[in-house]
Amino acid sequence: MERAAIVGVGYTNFSSMTPDVSYKELMFEAASRAYEDAGVDPRRDVESFISCSEDYWEGFSIFDEFVPDQLGGVLKPVCTVSADGMFGLIAAYMQIASGLVDIAVVEAHSKASDLLTYEGVVAFALDPIFHRPLGGHPYYLAGLEMNRYLWDTGTTEDQCAMVVEKNKRNALSNPLAVYGADIDVDDVLESEVLFHPLKKLEVSPLADGAIVMVLASEETARKLTDTPIWIEGVGWCTDTPQLECRDWSRAAYAWIAADMAYRMAGIRSPSRTIDLAEIDDRFSYKELQHMEELRLCGRGEAGLLLEEGVTERDGDLPVNPSGGSLGVGDLLEACGLHKVLEVVLQLRGEAGRRQVPDAEVGLAQCWRGIPTATGAVVVLSREREVAEG
Amino acid sequence: MIKRRVACVGAGMTLFRRRMKETGRELCWEAAKMALDSAGLTLRDIDCVVLGTAPDAFDGVHMKGEYLSDGAGAWRKPYMRVYVGGGTGVFTPIAGWWHVASGLFDTCLVVAEEKMSSCQPHPQFAFSTIWDPILTRPLGPNLIWIFALEMHRYMHVYGIKKEDIALVSVKNKANALDHPCAQLAAKITVEDVLNSPVMVWPVQRLDISPVTDGAAAAVLCSEDIAKRVTDSPVWIEGVGWCLDSTHWTNRELAYPKYVEYAARMAYRMAGIHNPRKEIDVAEVYDPFDYKELHHMEGLQLARKGEAPKLTKEGVTQRDGDLPVNPSGGLLGVGNPIAAAGMMKFCEIFWQLRGEAGKRQVPDARTGLAQAWGDLMQVGAVIIMRA
Repeated sequence: MERAAIVGVGYTNFSSMTPDVSYKELMFEAASRAYEDAGVDPRRDVESFISCSEDYWEGFSIFDEFVPDQLGGVLKPVCTVSADGMFGLIAAYMQIASGLVDIAVVEAHSKASDLLTYEGVVAFALDPIFHRPLGGHPYYLAGLEMNRYLWDTGTTEDQCAMVVEKNKRNALSNPLAVYGADIDVDDVLESEVLFHPLKKLEVSPLADGAIVMVLASEETARKLTDTPIWIEGVGWCTDTPQLECRDWSRAAYAWIAADMAYRMAGIRSPSRTIDLAEIDDRFSYKELQHMEELRLCGRGEAGLLLEEGVTERDGDLPVNPSGGSLGVGDLLEACGLHKVLEVVLQLRGEAGRRQVPDAEVGLAQCWRGIPTATGAVVVLSREREVAEG
Repeated sequence: MIKRRVACVGAGMTLFRRRMKETGRELCWEAAKMALDSAGLTLRDIDCVVLGTAPDAFDGVHMKGEYLSDGAGAWRKPYMRVYVGGGTGVFTPIAGWWHVASGLFDTCLVVAEEKMSSCQPHPQFAFSTIWDPILTRPLGPNLIWIFALEMHRYMHVYGIKKEDIALVSVKNKANALDHPCAQLAAKITVEDVLNSPVMVWPVQRLDISPVTDGAAAAVLCSEDIAKRVTDSPVWIEGVGWCLDSTHWTNRELAYPKYVEYAARMAYRMAGIHNPRKEIDVAEVYDPFDYKELHHMEGLQLARKGEAPKLTKEGVTQRDGDLPVNPSGGLLGVGNPIAAAGMMKFCEIFWQLRGEAGKRQVPDARTGLAQAWGDLMQVGAVIIMRA
């Protein structure tokens, strides 16, 4: 398999709202920083640009039109991947691995604060005949799934609340995060029940921001930087969009995507090999459910690991040291790229106060949110080969 | 340096019609199943799926890619939707190409779908939100407006007459008479085009492709698999795409530079130095008749301003020296945006395999498919060889 590395990252601050800048300015800021970080000139060096967006988030038809200028991609190969930024990263990886391009750029952003009717937009992702007419905030689907997860695995509401406590506390050490807080389990449990059994503080609040990454082939990566972060494995998967046909007891998309990524990276024992994980936590229970599907622990064990402190930043397997979506915010299609960003910063040793010591192999995972059953997994390392633990 | 050869080994498409009773998912599956059957494969043999579809606003479904996924055969598979506006149809097999060329997968099912008719009262309304919300949208433009601007500019700069452009519509609609899926096949004359109602001068009704529902699909695979499943693979030898600035108002509309750049990228990869001589058959994006000419020039298949001359001389007829749109193109077969570009890809596949039936062009060895889109902004080009 051809190798590729992340050689530059750029990002804005993540904010609950950004009335002072447009999405174009957010993208420009992130892109400029990424090019600076990688030491590349977009007009001269970059051969492909991939932007990740969905028309309805943006309020445009064909959002692709509004992308090239602020990325430096005018009259160059630019395209949209209609998915989370992690899918764009994987597409960039494939373009490089095929030998088509040497340097590729991926961008994802959120301007969630521009959405006047967030829940209405999400409802538009539901089947127009069978589900949309049921009405209500579509997050009730997360409530249903949480209920099933708790019932299946014996995980408790307290354990889910602990995820919020941990992630929001982690976010306090992350200068990019705006939803950090020093709260405890009781605060979470006492917050309003929105979608039973999901409580207000267990739902990631929305945030704005943009992230850009520069990827390069092995040879070019070594020329550009001393700290390339290697893409060791990628995997992605879509389960059925039809709610009635899903296996609600599992997050099959995460299991299958992880299987593909681990196979590619040659990882047989994920929990021993992986030093830190950034995992989708749009809802508190999702972090635990995803940990299990990613085989970082057995089924029903994630809550116990959390209680034992294993997933704390100084634990054996830190999960969401960035603060996750609960602490940083739900960045729409940039959620997955934010997970990758945190892993890159950690592996480079640039994570400041939230640095996990001696991290060599990291995992980033995304889920596209309600009502999808789509997700992706990327395994990254700072070493040449993943050392089998 | 391209690491791996990729072949197309099967293709399929639905009827192209104004109002199909099938849902978007059903259209996807119908085309996908045909492509699989023609390759002698089943979904079990497919490693990953790539989908192309244009604005979500047509269907009124957010994350349309997710909604269509199981129809496209993506259940529990790696699945990705790519999107470059009207260029999506040819860009989708390009994305399928890199899935296989990267070495990650051996087989890839590529599906493109569009269901425009569900957009009420008219799909044109979906296009009211493609404009910059501050600078352009308040003017209330529609697509025919900007095509009229571009057509006018093209005619003005090169001194081209409307009757020369109308020949494209006449040719393509006639070619479509031999296409079993075609929506608007017809025997018409230049006079018919010139006498049709004026939409926005100089665009008249018969200059325009219709509103269409439909889907098209293909199976791509690695060299090993191709040799196992068929004696006549069609190789994808060149891919290219290019996006110009958002600010279309600052563009010289007479010439599509972004199509030229996309074509040059694909030609370089395919080792083509003289496209006019080396391309045997071309499916050029023709949502409007002048666009075929415009794009032939961008693709270096004709010199600037000279595509109408080639058309007049019959060079682009099916029995001419450079057959262009032997399928009947968007003007004849129909224009379900993403599926229309994919139909062009499928047509080149069938032409190079010698499976195009009554539409067959003699001795075609190298073919080209191209699509165009966004705000007169994007070109996608693919080169195939038998």
